Amino acid sequence: MKIRAEHITKEFGEFAALVDVSIEIPSGELVALLGPSGSGKTTLLRVIAGLEVAQKGRVFLGDEEITHATIQARGIGFVFQDYALFEHLTVAENIAFGLSVRKQPAAKIELRVRDLLARVQLSELSTRLPSELSGGQRQRVALARALAPDPKVLLLDEPFGALDARVRAELRTWLRRLHDDLHITSVFVTHDQEEALEVADRIVVLDHGKIEQVGSPNEVFDRPASAFVIEFLGGANVLRGEVHGDRGSFGELVLPWTGAGDGAARAFVRGHDLELGREPVPQSLSVTIQDVREIGITARVVVTHLDHGELVIELSRRRLAELALVRGDRAIATVRTASVFLDNPPPSQALS
Amino acid sequence: MARRALPGFGLSLGVTLTYLGLLVVIPLSTIVLKTSSLTWAQFWTVVTAPRAVASFALSLGASLVAAAIASVFGLIVAWVLVRYEFPGRGLIDALVDLPFALPTAVAGIALTATWGSTGVLGRYLHAIGVEGAYSRLGIVIALVFLGVPFVVRTVQPVLVQLDPRLEEAAETLGATRLQAFVRVVLPALRPAIVTGFALAFSRALGEYGSVVFISGNMPGKTEIAPLLVMTKLEQFDYSGATALALVMVISSFAILIAINSFGRRSRKRDLHRKRPPEERPTLPPPATIVRGHV
Amino acid sequence: MKRAVGETPWVRRSLIAIAVGFFVLFMVVPLGVVFAIAVRDGIAPYLAAITTPDAKSAIKLTLLVAGIAVPLNIGFGIAAAWSLARFKFPGRRALLTLIDIPFAVSPVVVGMMFILLFGAHGYLHSSHKIVFAVPGIVLATTFVTIPFVARALIPALEARGPEQELAALTLGASPWQTFWRVTLPGLRWPLAYGAILSTARAIGEFGAVSVVSGHIRGETNTVPLHIEILYNDFQYQAAFAVATILVVLALATVVLQRVVEWRAERNRV
Repeated sequence: MKIRAEHITKEFGEFAALVDVSIEIPSGELVALLGPSGSGKTTLLRVIAGLEVAQKGRVFLGDEEITHATIQARGIGFVFQDYALFEHLTVAENIAFGLSVRKQPAAKIELRVRDLLARVQLSELSTRLPSELSGGQRQRVALARALAPDPKVLLLDEPFGALDARVRAELRTWLRRLHDDLHITSVFVTHDQEEALEVADRIVVLDHGKIEQVGSPNEVFDRPASAFVIEFLGGANVLRGEVHGDRGSFGELVLPWTGAGDGAARAFVRGHDLELGREPVPQSLSVTIQDVREIGITARVVVTHLDHGELVIELSRRRLAELALVRGDRAIATVRTASVFLDNPPPSQALS
Repeated sequence: MARRALPGFGLSLGVTLTYLGLLVVIPLSTIVLKTSSLTWAQFWTVVTAPRAVASFALSLGASLVAAAIASVFGLIVAWVLVRYEFPGRGLIDALVDLPFALPTAVAGIALTATWGSTGVLGRYLHAIGVEGAYSRLGIVIALVFLGVPFVVRTVQPVLVQLDPRLEEAAETLGATRLQAFVRVVLPALRPAIVTGFALAFSRALGEYGSVVFISGNMPGKTEIAPLLVMTKLEQFDYSGATALALVMVISSFAILIAINSFGRRSRKRDLHRKRPPEERPTLPPPATIVRGHV
Repeated sequence: MKRAVGETPWVRRSLIAIAVGFFVLFMVVPLGVVFAIAVRDGIAPYLAAITTPDAKSAIKLTLLVAGIAVPLNIGFGIAAAWSLARFKFPGRRALLTLIDIPFAVSPVVVGMMFILLFGAHGYLHSSHKIVFAVPGIVLATTFVTIPFVARALIPALEARGPEQELAALTLGASPWQTFWRVTLPGLRWPLAYGAILSTARAIGEFGAVSVVSGHIRGETNTVPLHIEILYNDFQYQAAFAVATILVVLALATVVLQRVVEWRAERNRV
């Protein structure tokens, strides 16, 4: 079942959480809403679920408009950030809730609960109360509970936020597998770009209530649509300069420019898109080695450039060993790939 | 206006407003209505009659004194309950709530019987010429009894949460125990003590049941304001009674509002926190991407 | 939080002595006196005093009044808590203060208000006897017990947040199902606490009821009023005998409160 939101605007008093946001989520996909806090990602999720009501815009589930439907009529499974388990009910009763409010026969409920408990691997804990469970276990109960009434779509609000790193990593993989099993359209909210890149089929990047980019993880990572996207996903070195006509100059570096407009611009280069070398070549930056740090299998080298200041270069330790560079050495850095963005783009920019 | 996601707003608010309107607002408005049937001159005469003034002064004075004493005792009791272990601590902690639960009439006759001139404890006072009942002292005794729980219950939670490391820090810096208490603990407790004082004071002002037994109700000496109102009612002087009642009601409202706003200011709690708008980056969105194999 | 070092033992013992002494002198002894006077002529007169027809009808009336006032205020408390704890709207703070008003009005004034409203020359006078009759007592008692349940429920509901209710809605529960199966079970203990407190107050209310009842023996006397009548008639032994009933109830109230608090602590996550 696909989800579509059209021109959603949601304000909380003076604060605009979402500004004219439109998005379509294809059926069966696992989509991440990614962005920093305040970006509107949770608000968008809640508007789709009916937990918030937008001032403007429409929401569709499949072909049906649900903009004015009540929460309980939407048939949407929702996993809350703090799980919102019913503290006075056991694990089994929590999971059964969505079915028992629909007056399903007891035998059917029991079967379904048992099935879901097995799927989330919590069968031995069915009679426990939520207060007796660990964070990761509560998470899984919340998920099972949301899935029990066979929802049309599944929405998850920062599902792994409150858990420690190891549990988070396990659950990420587990969620991905669950989705592959069930093929239910799922949308989850996260501020963790690694999580989004690892788990999602498609990523929607939001900032300040607007969509910055929509694409597959590789698209969003390799071909960022804006300065915000590249800085939020993975970070990058920033080279300041200017673009005119069909080229941009950034210090002694010249890069082709195919965009519209002229003026001050910045070139974003990821740490692993800068190559270190010893011999000067055309279109390279002269740098001085400032700091060398080896971390596991990669190495991170901080260099300084006259105009561009400090740059961070990532390379494999093997390559570093080959170069045999130490602090104080002079070296060159070449740019493999860069994303160039105007500082002040002309207003009518359609998003690619 | 956006529709609310949670259901039941209209129904619950409607019930609440209707109930309060019928049961609180309308009855209260009768006081204002009835008083407005008096002219200002008449109102003023009633309210400034010597007997009335004496009763106001007595109510006010006794309540202030009682609230002050209750604050001191309440602070001690709260301190002892939170900081010390001793046999019977649980019992005392439970008994603190007793004045809340005990009917005021019972409190009144019990205190009178105990502290009166022939009472188990009052006889010792009587021997030294002090009357524990049918006197102003008796009124204060009853009001202190009622006020202490307010102070204890407002101070206790604050004391429980007070980090003992603050006092330890003060002591490592050279403060004596007393100095640490006065300069570190007391300021932290001040809002709670003030609130407790105000609650005890407010309760004492309107108190009728316990005081009416222990005071003897001698006009000009031990007649509290509520009792004067009662007397006027029995004499069918409804306008006079309402005039006095209006003064009492207005002063208790003022105190109530003061307590609530004071409590709100020192609590700083916000139900629906709005997400703070973040710093905008200096660059708005995009231009194009360059692929350059240099 | 108990500290190993701190005040000198001398200071500590004095403070404890003051606290304990206060309680003994102002609470334990007076309560003991009530029982002592009640049984000073023996057990038989004691039992007689609490089983006179007037005493029995006073008890019945008190129970009737409490039986009406408390459920009404529970219903109100739930409605008020839901609207004030779950929603934001202009005037919310004023409404919170309005709920506290019965605390601020002197009992005598409470009774007086209802006389002004329903009395012989009252604004809403009708042929039905309201004041100087049972309905007036019910109204006055309901008024003074309005805040108790609401004030127990509002912070409890605020502390829990709406997540569980929203979760129930997403699972397809109707608003009423959500209320019965999720909201109320979570409010069990605050509700019990408020109900216990308001029942104690309803039973013991004196000033307001005294004004509004007319003191008609056997008809409009609650237990506290009955005690007053006996006392003013110098029938001390009987007055205190009846008072022991209320003392026992007050002690039971305090014990029940403790139990509820303890159960609530245990259920807290």
